Parts: sequence; structure tokens; C-alpha cells
Amino acid sequence: MANILAYAEARAGELRKTAFEAVTAARQLADASGGGEVHAIVFGPAGVAAKAAQLGKFGADVVIAVEHERYANNDPESMSATIAERAKSGGHRYVVGVASQTGRDIAPRVAAKLGAAFASDVIDAKVNGDALTVRHPGYWGKVIMTLEVTGSPTVLTYRPGAVTASENAKEARAESMAPAADPSASRVVVKETTQGAKGRPDLAEAPIIISGGRGLKEAANFKLVEDLADAFGNAAVGATRAVTDEGWRPHSDQIGQTGRTVSPQLYVAVGISGAIQHIAGMRTSKAIVAINKDKEAPIFKIADYGIVGDVFEVVPALTAAVKAAKNS
Amino acid sequence: MKIAVCIKRAPDSETRFRIAASGTGIDEAGVKFDISDFDSYAVEYALQVTEKGGGEVVVISVGTDASQETLRKALSMGAASGVLLKTDGPVFDSMAVARALADELQGGGYDLVLFGKVAADTAAGAVGAMTAELLGLPCVNSVSKLDLADGRGTARRDLEGAAETVEFPLPAVVSIDEGIARPRYPSLKGIMAAKKKPLESKPAQLGDVRVKIAKMELPADRPPGRIIGEGAAAVPELVRLLQDEAKVL
Repeated sequence: MANILAYAEARAGELRKTAFEAVTAARQLADASGGGEVHAIVFGPAGVAAKAAQLGKFGADVVIAVEHERYANNDPESMSATIAERAKSGGHRYVVGVASQTGRDIAPRVAAKLGAAFASDVIDAKVNGDALTVRHPGYWGKVIMTLEVTGSPTVLTYRPGAVTASENAKEARAESMAPAADPSASRVVVKETTQGAKGRPDLAEAPIIISGGRGLKEAANFKLVEDLADAFGNAAVGATRAVTDEGWRPHSDQIGQTGRTVSPQLYVAVGISGAIQHIAGMRTSKAIVAINKDKEAPIFKIADYGIVGDVFEVVPALTAAVKAAKNS
Repeated sequence: MKIAVCIKRAPDSETRFRIAASGTGIDEAGVKFDISDFDSYAVEYALQVTEKGGGEVVVISVGTDASQETLRKALSMGAASGVLLKTDGPVFDSMAVARALADELQGGGYDLVLFGKVAADTAAGAVGAMTAELLGLPCVNSVSKLDLADGRGTARRDLEGAAETVEFPLPAVVSIDEGIARPRYPSLKGIMAAKKKPLESKPAQLGDVRVKIAKMELPADRPPGRIIGEGAAAVPELVRLLQDEAKVL
């Protein structure tokens, strides 16, 4: 039996999808180790406690809200100090998070503060006596490593999307906690958080991604990709490194080895040849569509549905057909 | 400004991997190694800062003797000196690597300690933040833009669907994302000069190693690709498959 502390991520006072994944993962790990309580910890400005209560539905026994005006933005110094303090006083066997940008920033600090063993970005974790056996993709996703982690507590983060948030209704007890370190004394201060494109889901959360490559020839032609994304309605827009290097799209849209790793339900590659570095970032997508004029392009080796043709002809036709299918 | 850059030896990104007979590592035969990609951006950024504003860059690596070559490459790019914290084999415990680095960095008088945001091979992305904690320094991770002036830094950090601008005092630990600097190729002169630059080697103080490799394997292959047609004429069939087979429409 092991109690688990789950870091449930919020941004600007709103719970993120990763918060539910972290609590679900913690619940599964608690059940696998013979049952134990899941304590979810959430940071935000005043009002986050009310929103955090819904984590009970995903298996949290206790929801700990840490409210402070500075938590409208990230504050990894005081957040990690507070998580570590709570794990210490609560005697938690595991501290669980999700390896989003924020989770990746906070979890290693917590591990270092606790002197804990640490596993990062795992796709699954199994309790194995006193040890934890985790699997974790490395070498740009081209190798799956199985690691044995010993020591209590252990801090681990799950790869975003590796665990599907699922309901497991509990009557969560609500607690509040003061920051263990004064947020106004943090040395790293967020001056500004700017939101990305409005009305479109982020690459990490989108069930559908439409991605463009050099085959689009120039920045303005990304409109084709945007239009197709709009036709699906719940799609994000991604790009290859060649495209972000050209400045056609921001660096943060880059999918591949040195960019984002995604696994949506559907990935549509528009004018993308399929360099090994790009494939490393999207090969775990459920279904892959490729549209490219070169039938020898490597993308067709992994595409479930390939169309050989001119993107300027095929993509508008597909956009129209998707719109028609949505309306029928 | 005195800058330390912590770098790692990693396989070249074009590598098609095979698993070694041991089952716990990759088969290194024929594999080209280099500075891990994000680490090379950190080296380039550090060199640009010191070339403009004065100071020196020290490169540090935790790894086997083979990492000497990796450090030498950074010296040929322009780093002043290198330190190898020697291990007997690859280390999978981020905390152990952070302990070894903190032990070396402590008291080194560095204004800035840089890391790549994640190593290409072990892909944990944790050592920078852990080292900062052990040293008690402020830390900013995954930085795609960094300005330094008057003992302070201003950095941009991309989040999913958002970006942060943060300010912090030096000395600090910063991990580097792509977009900050494109690494230079060493010049012939740089390669010659690197041969005479100091490269110290000493045992890494790893402490208790609690994360060990049990197995490495290649991920399951995707089913082979399928071309369903040519041109716009194939669109109706694609829509049908997305509806009936993939069930995403």
C-alpha cells in the first residue's frame, strides 16, 4: 500500500488535461501497489480550489489547493518547494506528474529537494517489489528503455497522453495549504505569459494535427493547412523543421526530433517528405495521412493513407470533402 | 563572463539503431557520435556571448573515455578548456549525474551554467534543474531566447500553446531549447588549437545510483504504408477510410 502525491497542473487558474492524466496515473499506481490514497496538489490564484474539486472524479482522495496571487503564472521555485514539503510531511511513496513543459520543469527540482530517485517521461510504470519498473522512449523515440528505479520516495513523470484520463469517482476531501516557500521571494519571476493562436488546440492536446512541409513552397500557402484544420474543427497546425527554420511558422510549431513529439488520433502530413528527424516526432500517431507529389517520399512508408499528388490540388479538395462530411 | 556548458556524447541523429547483444544498450558499431543536439546549441550560445562580451567557456561532460572526443569537438569550436568526469559506463540516473556535475561546478566561479534541455539518448531532461537545486542557483528550463545584461537574464520559454518571459539574477542555470543559436562547424585552425587546450579527466562522484537499465528494445514497427490513390480523385476514398476505418471523421 502506498500513498501517492500527484501534481495536477493548472495554468492561469484552469486545470490542464495533464492534471487529469496525473491523477489517473497516480490512481492506477496506487491500486497496483495494493491500494493507497491519491493526494492531488494544485497551484493557482484564488478560486483554483473550487475547480480542483473535480479531480475527485478521477480518483483523488484528497485535493490540496495552494492558492496565491503569484500562481496566476508559473513559479517553479516555490511550487517545487511546496510539493517537496508536502511529500515529506505526508510520507508519500511516489510523487507523480506529467512531462509537459511545466511538469518537466518542476519534477526534477522536487526530486532533488527530496533526494529522491527519478524517472522521466515514462509510458508505463509497474510496481516490482520495492522497485519500480518503467518504460521510457529514448534516442528520439527510436529505442524503448526499461529502467529499474529503487528508493523511496520516487518522483516520476508520465509522457503526455501516455495515460488516458478516466473517471473513478471518489469523494475527495478538500484541503488547503500555504506555499512552503514565499512566492514573492522566488528569484525567477515570470514577467509575462503570452497565449498562442486563439481558437485552436495546442499540438499536445489536439486529437487531429495537420502539418505542413517544404512542399508548400512559401509561408502564405500555409493557408491551405489552416483551412483543412478549420474544416476538421478540432485540429492543431504543425510544421517540419525546414519550415520553422525558414521562419514560415514559429519554432514552437515544429514537430520532430528537436521539436515536439505528438501522437494524435490523426496526423495529416502535407508536402512533407518524411525525414527521419520528422518521423521521430510523429510516428506514434494513430492514423497517418500523407499527401506528397513524390511517390518515393519516405513518408509513404509509414502513412496508413497516402495520396500521390499536388498538394495545391489535393488539399483544397480534401478540405471541401471534410466540410461536406461534417455537414452531412 | 565565465560560462560552464555541460555536454553529453550522443549518437548522430541520422542513426538507425540496432540493439546490442547484451540487450541493455545500442550496438555502437558504425554509429557516429557527436555533441548531443541541444547541448551543441548551448555551446554555440556561450561562445557567442563570450566572443562579444569577453570571458571564457568551460565544457564539462559526464561519461566514459569516449567523451574526450566530444569535449575536444567543443574545444575546437572555441571553448577554452574541458573537464571529463569519468564513468565506467553509461549512467541512467539523472540525480547521480547532477551530483557529479554539482561537485565539479561548486566553487568554480561560473556566472552561468548551461545545459541542453534534454539529452538525445536518455531523454530525461532533468539534470540541469537537479544540478541547479544542488547548487542552490536559480534555474530556467527550455529557453529559446536569452538576453544577459548587468548581472541579470531575460529568457523566453515556450509552453504548450503559450510562452513565458522570465527574469532572473546571475549566477544561474539555464537549459537551452532550439532556436537560440545554430552551432558552428569547427575551423581547421580551431581543430589544431583544440589539440593544445587543457582537457582534464577525473572520476565522476556519482554517489548512490538508483536508476539502472534493464532492457533496450526497438519500438514496434508501424504497419507498412499504403498509397490509396493519386491526385484529387483519391479524396473521396480517403474520406471514406477516415470515416469507416480510422473513425476520425
